[in-house]
Amino acid sequence: MPDNYDDPRGGLATPRPGQEHFVAEVDEGGLGAVDAVKSDSAPSSFWRDAWREMRGRWLFWVSAAIILLVVLVAAFPGWFTSLDPRLDCELTESLGGPEPGHPFGFDKQGCDIYTRTIYGARASVLVGIMSTTMVVLVGAVMGSIAGYYGKWFDTILSRVTDIFFAIPLVLAAIVIMSVTPNRTAFIVALVLALFGWPQIARITRGTVMSVKNNEFVTAARSLGMSRGRILRRHVLPNASAPIIVYATVALGQFIVAEASLSFLGIGLPPSVVSWGGDINQYQQAIRTAPEIILYPAGGLALTVLGFMMMGDVVRDALDPKARKR
Amino acid sequence: MLSYLGRRILQLIPVFLGATLLLYAMVFLRPGDPIAALGGERGLPEATQEAIRAEYNLDKPFIVQYLLFLRGVVTLDFGVDFRGREITEVIANAFPVTMQLALMALVIEAVFGIGFGLIAGLRKGKFFDGTVMVLSLTLIAVPTFVLGFIMQIVVGVNLGWLPVTVGNNPDFVSLLMPAIVLAGTSFAYVLRLTRTSVAENSTADYVRTARARGLGRYQVTTRHVLRNSLIPVVTFIGADLGALMSGSIITEGIFNIHGVGGTLYDAITRGESVTVVAMTTVLVVVYIAANLLVDLLYAALDPRIRYA
Amino acid sequence: MTPRRRLAGVGSFALASALLLSACGGGSGDDTGETSAEGDSSGIVTVSSGEPQNPLTPGMTNEVYGGLVVKNIYEGLVSYDAEGAVHNEVAESIESDDNKTWTITIKDGWEFSDGTPVTASSFVDSWKYIANIENAQNQQYFFNGFKGYDPEKPSDIAVEVVDDHTFTAELSVPSSDFELWLGYSAFYPMPEAFFEDPEAFADEPIGNGPYEIESWEHDQQISLRPSDSYAGERTPANGGIDMIAYTEEDAAYNDLLSDNLDIITNVPASAFGTFEDDLGDRAVNQPAAVIQVVNVPEWVEEFQGEAGVKRRKAISMAIDRPTITETIYQGARTPAHDFTSPVIDGYSEDIPGSEILEYNADEAKKLWDEAQSESPIADDYTLLIASNADSDHQTWVDAVCNNIRQVLEIGCEFDPYTTFDEFLDARDNQEIKGIFRGGWQADWPSMSNFLGPIYGTGAGSNDMKYSSKAFDAKLDEAAAAESPEDATALYKEAQEILFQDVPGIPLWYQNATAGYSQAVENVQFGWDSDPILYQVTKSE
Repeated sequence: MPDNYDDPRGGLATPRPGQEHFVAEVDEGGLGAVDAVKSDSAPSSFWRDAWREMRGRWLFWVSAAIILLVVLVAAFPGWFTSLDPRLDCELTESLGGPEPGHPFGFDKQGCDIYTRTIYGARASVLVGIMSTTMVVLVGAVMGSIAGYYGKWFDTILSRVTDIFFAIPLVLAAIVIMSVTPNRTAFIVALVLALFGWPQIARITRGTVMSVKNNEFVTAARSLGMSRGRILRRHVLPNASAPIIVYATVALGQFIVAEASLSFLGIGLPPSVVSWGGDINQYQQAIRTAPEIILYPAGGLALTVLGFMMMGDVVRDALDPKARKR
Repeated sequence: MLSYLGRRILQLIPVFLGATLLLYAMVFLRPGDPIAALGGERGLPEATQEAIRAEYNLDKPFIVQYLLFLRGVVTLDFGVDFRGREITEVIANAFPVTMQLALMALVIEAVFGIGFGLIAGLRKGKFFDGTVMVLSLTLIAVPTFVLGFIMQIVVGVNLGWLPVTVGNNPDFVSLLMPAIVLAGTSFAYVLRLTRTSVAENSTADYVRTARARGLGRYQVTTRHVLRNSLIPVVTFIGADLGALMSGSIITEGIFNIHGVGGTLYDAITRGESVTVVAMTTVLVVVYIAANLLVDLLYAALDPRIRYA
Repeated sequence: MTPRRRLAGVGSFALASALLLSACGGGSGDDTGETSAEGDSSGIVTVSSGEPQNPLTPGMTNEVYGGLVVKNIYEGLVSYDAEGAVHNEVAESIESDDNKTWTITIKDGWEFSDGTPVTASSFVDSWKYIANIENAQNQQYFFNGFKGYDPEKPSDIAVEVVDDHTFTAELSVPSSDFELWLGYSAFYPMPEAFFEDPEAFADEPIGNGPYEIESWEHDQQISLRPSDSYAGERTPANGGIDMIAYTEEDAAYNDLLSDNLDIITNVPASAFGTFEDDLGDRAVNQPAAVIQVVNVPEWVEEFQGEAGVKRRKAISMAIDRPTITETIYQGARTPAHDFTSPVIDGYSEDIPGSEILEYNADEAKKLWDEAQSESPIADDYTLLIASNADSDHQTWVDAVCNNIRQVLEIGCEFDPYTTFDEFLDARDNQEIKGIFRGGWQADWPSMSNFLGPIYGTGAGSNDMKYSSKAFDAKLDEAAAAESPEDATALYKEAQEILFQDVPGIPLWYQNATAGYSQAVENVQFGWDSDPILYQVTKSE
């Protein structure tokens, strides 16, 4: 039974003295599911409950709409503009302001900024999502193992983390990119991830170290639950908040970092339009037309906003305590 | 505790060897030929290039170069770089100002990030929460360059409130603006991490217990909510010190600070292997020290975490 | 990351003390040996610069930051004036009967700042030292015109001391413009102290110029103060120069705007459109002896033979130079009309063949199609323009590529290399598959310096491996010409050959764009884009 102390269905965990009252209050919502036997079917209904919780919140629908929009733009830019981001450029239009058909005006090369912002989504979102995913996977695994098992696991994994902390991204990118013939979004994301995971590994480790001392973990252990299962079922979900938060902020950071690499000639090929690339390029006009940088930066902000809100909703859904009652 | 410290310090050795070997290998594998570039577009005759390579031991096998570097570490004498300057001096010149800048940025991001994050977390979904959400989004989406540039023009050039650049008087006042700019992105992380942890912990059982026991709002917040929320935040801040030191190249450029970021970047593009590895080694030590400090802090923040 | 200013953009730099026709008049160089108004001579002028990349000796310094210091702490046999003509400084006379063996006599009374006299051997020893590959000097290239020079093994060039005030130099081929070379930094004298301990000398260089180094805080600033021992014409009109190290031009520019800095030597690209409004008559924007080109490598198949030449011309005519210099550079570049520079004697805008530098979309497309019918290449061909990567280059390459895509209806992409040495490596190993960026900054103000070192067969900077017997012969003929007028006419004929073969496609001349604060006066920039520091006065 203590197995479900933290279960959204509100399993009847044995509360510690003085806490009875609060446990009852928290778990009101999930009582309906109590009848289920605590067996292997538990995870699916854990997620089902999380889903039920999420879909009841307007924030979820807003963030889902934003993410859907960004994904659509990234997948089908042609639906949103009829121009080409690189070919339909006239130098005579250089830095020209907005006009009918060109709502955002023109950049220094005379390209339509609206079109470039639409086409920039694909590379940026791809790099951002892929590198964030990789960082979260590697970082969370390394960090949780180090934090949960401790001892020499911790020693070895943490020292490896220290080594990776030290390597300058630029240097690593120069070396890796020079031996890579095809610079795809995946490769760029891989390089960014390779040097972005230590931070999230440290954060996961710290949180796991704290969470593993919680009562429900001790309880689960005393019931003979295997350590791996405890880590997966109890510790990680409770340590997920900082991981999700870090990941959503890092998403934006990776999109910007891609641009820095491209700017140095070690990122995506120059033929690829991306928000980060345009942000870099438009910096040069900062004294003459400072407003144009807002468009690619706006695309970036909207994407990060979508994922950030989604992260909040997911986190709340995973955390039974924070549920709306 | 002491034995834990001792072990951690001993572990420095393999980390140091691993990091330097990896770094040295990377610089070794770096494409291009730094010696050929010394002559500018004119180039240098092959014979001259050979002579220079021999002078800097670049003609030796990788492992010999690495061992020579280790000798440099032991004797604290890395010889001179391609410009003829003592590498130890180059490093010694770059670190003080960067250290000062990074610490200032760290304080700014910690104080404001935790402060704003705490308020936002306690008032989740309220107006203040929304405002700092927009603020952190802005800091994420607007690149450091733009933020720094606009601040420099407005606060420095137009209003004249703070020095425009740092140059050769790195004092508190001149470093204030760069420190704020440098702290920007990390501030967004600290703020979001604090907010979420606080929001999570403020609904936790022990908080209610504390409230039920009649503790005041302030005491509950600082003693229970904040303290228990700080682990991920402190972890981030600790590891961020190294990142602030090595990654401040853009801020350094805008405000003309001759620090680690720019020096390291220059050394990488010039192919100065010894400078790159030696400098990064110092950064490794900073990372390790900061992370160790954070690990010790865990025990203070959460008494259940113990080191034996 | 914004671009860092590097020597990568241009070939090398040149040394000169020159007066300028433009800007706001002022201190001409003939107030020999006397400081003017006492009140003006004490102010310290601050100039934007950077940490020198080499020891500050004539043999090692080959980039702009060190160059500005070196040309103010040393004095050569001659210095240049506004027109690029030479004025004797240490030299009493430089004479030759055959343009091949030269006899140089030097003036009495010159001293280095350590009190030792400047003698014939100060020059001879220094030149021999720099030219000898054993000493691994960055500037040895400049002695390749001397008899006895060998780039492969230790050598002894044919420069001999006759007496304390006289020495001779023998060249490998007659060169009528030898005098013009001698104002360049590689030909400055060095004192005995250098030969005793070159490494110690590098820390505290000793020169014979108008200034001496008072202090050098690495990565921060170099302070120059007037030298008491100076005996030449460039007598300082200020109390000294502080060269402040900047890593970004934008930072220097913002410091100038807030009057924290007196002179900036380069306007950042972000301010090209605004600096003339910001600074008014304190803005400097004038042509300089720097040309930007795209080079066409001989090893790329599609540019070989008759069809190849047509393609080269087609690319050249597809580039709308005036529009690019106006929009991308906002007037900080001047469209090219030849292979040299407007500040060089003999410059001409109507050399036969130079019409390929005019934008002509119809003719360009026609030539490309002709080439396609003669020797077809793939229809989806993509032209690559290679360069070391930084945003300055990406910007113009994008603009040029837009032209080429629209006019020639082929693909065109930037081919970036992360570091300058990686770019050099690819270029020298002939791995570049398209055309590539090239740039040249004159070492001394002569047409030969823009042609021989770049397009001569086997020349040091002939990176595209171009070779034309007719062109080489024309250069030799010009070098041995009796009069400068004859030489100029022959150099024009040599350029006609280049316009037929198109080994490089001239794009534009890089202007000297600079500015100064309200605190200083008499600020002028030389033909070499460097400020003429000795005559600047600071009102305080």
